[in-house]
Parts: sequence; structure tokens; C-alpha cells
Amino acid sequence: MDTKKKFNLSLGQLTIPIIAILILVVFNLIRDPSFFSIGITQNNDGNSVLSGNLITVINGASELAILAMGMTLVTAACGGQDISVGAAAAIAGSAFVKILKSGDSISVGTVILAFLFACVVAMIFGAFNGTLVAVFKIQPMIATLILYTCGRSIAYWINGGATPTVQSSIITAIGGFIPGIPVPTPVLIVVIVAIIFKLVFHFTSLEILTQSVGINGSAARLNGINSTFIKLLSFIVLGVCVAVAGCIGVSRLGLINHETLLIDIEMDTILAVAIGGNNLGGGKFKISGSIIGAYVIQMLTITLYAMKVSSTDVKAYKAIVIILLVVIGSPVVKAKFEKLMTKLRSGKAKETVKGAE
Amino acid sequence: MKRAKTLLLVFTLVMSMVIACACDSKKSNDGNGSNNNTANTSNTSSAKIKVGVVNNPPSESGYREANVKDMEAVFSSANGYELKTAYSLKNDDQLQAAQGFITEGVDYLLISAAETTGWDEVLKKAKEAGIKVFLFDRMIDVDASLYEAAVVSDMAKEGETAVNWLLSQNLPEYKVIHIQGAMGSDAQIGRTGALDEQFASGKMTKVVQQTATWDEAEAKKIVESVINSGEDFNVIYAENDGMAKGAVAALDEAGITHGVDGKVIVMGFDCNKWALRELLAKKWNYDGQCSPFQAQIISDIIQGKKSITDKKIINEEKGFDAKTLTQADIDTYGLGE
Repeated sequence: MDTKKKFNLSLGQLTIPIIAILILVVFNLIRDPSFFSIGITQNNDGNSVLSGNLITVINGASELAILAMGMTLVTAACGGQDISVGAAAAIAGSAFVKILKSGDSISVGTVILAFLFACVVAMIFGAFNGTLVAVFKIQPMIATLILYTCGRSIAYWINGGATPTVQSSIITAIGGFIPGIPVPTPVLIVVIVAIIFKLVFHFTSLEILTQSVGINGSAARLNGINSTFIKLLSFIVLGVCVAVAGCIGVSRLGLINHETLLIDIEMDTILAVAIGGNNLGGGKFKISGSIIGAYVIQMLTITLYAMKVSSTDVKAYKAIVIILLVVIGSPVVKAKFEKLMTKLRSGKAKETVKGAE
Repeated sequence: MKRAKTLLLVFTLVMSMVIACACDSKKSNDGNGSNNNTANTSNTSSAKIKVGVVNNPPSESGYREANVKDMEAVFSSANGYELKTAYSLKNDDQLQAAQGFITEGVDYLLISAAETTGWDEVLKKAKEAGIKVFLFDRMIDVDASLYEAAVVSDMAKEGETAVNWLLSQNLPEYKVIHIQGAMGSDAQIGRTGALDEQFASGKMTKVVQQTATWDEAEAKKIVESVINSGEDFNVIYAENDGMAKGAVAALDEAGITHGVDGKVIVMGFDCNKWALRELLAKKWNYDGQCSPFQAQIISDIIQGKKSITDKKIINEEKGFDAKTLTQADIDTYGLGE
């Protein structure tokens, strides 16, 4: 009991996501231990690469994890969520492809240029959302509903109505594997983004500032924090995350389909933030929680696929598990649980006292 | 601070303009119907056959884009036609456009309706005015006496053509991964039907049958899960090109060969140009098409080169085999760029 309590304390906010991922691991171990087998196979480009369900989970969750990091910041600062990330990613992806296809051949330089362009485009749209939220004080969900509705039309407009494809070994390397490295590139990108977040939080006071703005914006302003700027900044940071995710999504297949690129990802992203134990009303946050949340969602999906659940049913099953997770993680249940714990403990303490007598 | 706010206000307004432009550019494609686009009308010669086409906008899909281009190519003034077009996704707009064409006095009216209902009145008026009506691509719920002929696709036939091709490959066994489109859509039902029959008769084995709702990434996930489970398969039947591409990406990562001389047969649909190029490179095996080319048939009927035996004319469906595909086929039949 004591160890459990300590465990609870030491993990704090991360308890729920970690327990969730452990449950999924145990469930899969019982169901089929080979789920966890990792092998090395030769892919069709002649590289030795890691393969297996676990790799699929970690690789497939990359876009979600990156978006979840940005979304956590927005959630913390604004106390609301951006529901336009999927549409914005389609725009960023289209911008990326537009530049890639502008030249005759694709070199590393073009890819970097295209990526930077995608970043700028996504940041502008992020700033648009951010301005609506921070300056005009529109509720985030309403403000971002605009881009959610028209974002894919804008992407369509950029693409000129087609689903352009790009064929290049560099793009394949970004979406798949870099020759000689067995780890999928998207996974490496997630690690890089996470490290950048860590470094920024370490060397700047962004984390504290965001938290204080989220907890009480006016109080923060009275203390000399420019809360408007912090909110705007959080949306711009999310914009960069959106661009990264969009570019990965495009690179995976070398194709941009404005209708299906990262479709419905906004909901999964918000879920990842929620499962990560972050308060959706803003304030304190842990980016690591959201990252774990993203992997929980992906692991759940892949588990269901491995069980050959029909993909139309997958969403329903996912919903059930997520309801459970969110309810268990809710403050009401947590408080009840803690009460129960103290009761049990005091009961035990009494017993020991009795025993001593 | 004040200045910053003003700047942000301007910025927001500019962004709104961008969004408005985007929506507008789409609308101007969609909305041509209401203001009957007569840009490609030439009044130079009165001997030309006047044809009014009421269609869905080319922005609807790659299929429609090809369909519209085909109409424009066949009913060109070089071929002795005077073409008027109206595009809209809305039935009401289409009805209005058709009215307009009747008033203008076209000789032939060609319709691909947004909805199957509501066309009685307009078609009766056309008949009174002596205008001959052809339906293409989509049927309408009206009495068959109101139109000359309907040139339509039979979605089920498309699936059959593909499955017959697969059977003609004479594989010792068929272990199929079947990736479906959005459930309930015409294309999905047609493309699934024929394959389901084979599963039922036991000629082919269903390794997995999942819908990816036209989503490339989802298709990749489905194939990955089969690969990871270690199950054997030798056919991928994806109901559109995008999903086939997703499936192939999964095969590539797992080092499974595909295409002509490969272990896995890859089948897609829609005949996008990029997909046909994959076929030409022998990485895929088959691409089926719901043919968007009805114009020639209608033109032949108008010019008396073809007689109507049955009012419902089923358009021949195309299917391309990687072994016989040529660059010329891609140029003629490929959709998109």
C-alpha cells in the first residue's frame, strides 16, 4: 500500500498515462506475446530496418506525438484547444509539396526550403488562430473552427485540385528510413522535437510563463507578463509542430491528399493531451504526459488492428477505452480514490495500534 | 501596445481575405452553374450543333476533371459543335442552368445530375421544345421517354472486370488483403461485390477485409498489421490508387516484393496518371477505371454513327495490366497530372 502511494506521488500527473500503457502491454502479453517481437528486415531499398508491431506503434504515433506537444502548450496557455491542426497540416503539407514540385529535381536544399516555407505558412495560420484567441478573446474552439472548416479547401486550392505525388529518395528517407539507420526517421524527428522543447523550457522561462497565464491570465498580466503574447506564441509554436507533422505525413507516402492527410487527428491530439493528465482548462502541464498519451492512443489502435477488429468498429472500441481512462483520471474519481486510501490507511494504523496494545 | 493591436487586427483581416479567396476560388468553380458559363461559346457558325452540358464541377474529383475535359475535347468546334457548359454540385443550380439552355435553344442537352429527383418538369419542357436529352454518368428518376439515352457506368462491372483479370492470372492460391473505400459509397459497393463473391465461393481466401475510408495512411496501417501478424498473402486489392500506394509503402518497408515478377500482386482503381506510371514501372499489376469518357458515345449517336438499341448504355470499363500498358494509354486514359 505504501509503495503504491509513493508510486502515485512520484509520478503525479503521469500516473494515468503510464498505467494505461502498462495495461495495454500486459493485455497484449496475455493475448499474444509475439506482438512485441522486433525483427530486422531488409526493406525494398536494401536497408536493414527494424520491424514489428512496437515499431509500427512508435513510428505511426509520430505525427500525433508532435502535434500533442504543441497542443499541450496551447491548452495550458489558453485553456482551450485548437481543432484545426488536421486542416492546417493539410495546408502545410500542400505548401511543402508545392515547393518540392516547383523545380525539376529535388535536392536536399529544395527539401529544406520547402520545409521552411511550410513552417512559415503554418505559423501564419497559427498566428491567425492565436490572434483571434489572444487579442479578440474568442474561445479557442470557436476561433479554430474557422480554419477547421475551410482549411482543407485552402489546401485544395494550393494543390490545384489534384493529389500531387512527389518521387524522391530524400522524401522517402524522411517518411521512412535513412539508409544505414534502422530506426524510422519520423521517430527520430519526434525525439528531436522533444529535445528542442526540453531545451527551450530549460533555458527560457516559457514553461512558467505559460502556466501562470493559463492559471490566471489577469493575475499574470498584473505581474508584468504579457499574456496576449504568450497565448499568441503558443499558437505559433503549435503552427511549427503542425508543419513538421504535415511534412512527415506527406513524406510517408510521397503524396498529398488534402482530404485525407492526417484526417481526424485533431481529436486524437486533444485526447492525447487529456490522457496525459493535463488540465484541459489550462494551467499546469506536462509535455511528457501528452507524448505518452499519443503512444497510448496509437498502441490501442494497433492492438485493435492486430486483433482484426473491423476498422469501422475500431473507433467505437477506442471510445470505450478512452472514456474509462478519462473518467479514472478525472479529479472526482481521484479525490474519491485518495479518500479511500487514507481511510484504509487509518484503519490499518488503528489495527496496528490495537495490536500493540 | 496599441499599435501592435492595430497591426494584429490588420493581419487578421488579411488572413480572412486569404480564406475568403480560397473559398471563393472553389466557389467560382462550383458556382459557374448559376451564371451559365458561355465563355467557350462561339456564335460564328450557325451550322454547328448546339450542345448544352449540365455537369458537376471539375473540382469534385479527378474523375470529374477527366469527364469535363473529355466533354470539351469531343464537343469542340473543330468537331462541329457549339458547346455551352454549366457546372454545379447543387441540383437547383443545375435545374436552372438546364432551363437556361432550353430557353437559349440548344439542340442537345446532356445532363449528369447532382440528385436523381426533381428533373421531370425540365425534361418535359425540353421535349416540348424538341431538344433531345442525354444522360451521362448518372441516372435520373424520370420516365425513360423523356430522354434519348443514358450512358452510365456499372460500378459492379468495374469490380467484375478487375476480379476476372485477377482470376486470369491463374495463381495457385489467392490470399487477398482487401482494402475498402468509404463504406456505402457507390464505388466501394461496386468494387467490393465481385471480390466478395470469390471469397464466398472459396476460390480466394480473405486474409483481411478492412475499410480505410479512402485514407492512404490507414491503408498502410492495415497492411502493416497483417505483415506484423506474420500471415501470408499474395494479393492486395485496394479500392483506389491512394490506398494502393499506402499498402505498397508498407510492403516496401517490410522488404516484400510486389508488382510484375514480385511476390504480391498490387491492384488499384481510378487510373490516376501517377498510378499508371507505377504500373509502367512494373511495381503494380493492375489498375481499374470507372470510365469518365462518355462523350464519344453520345457524339456518335448524335451524328448517327451509332444506333440506340437500349436506352441504358453501359459504358465499357477499362482495366490496365502492367504487362500491356503503354505510355500512350497513360496519356489518353490517365487522370490528373
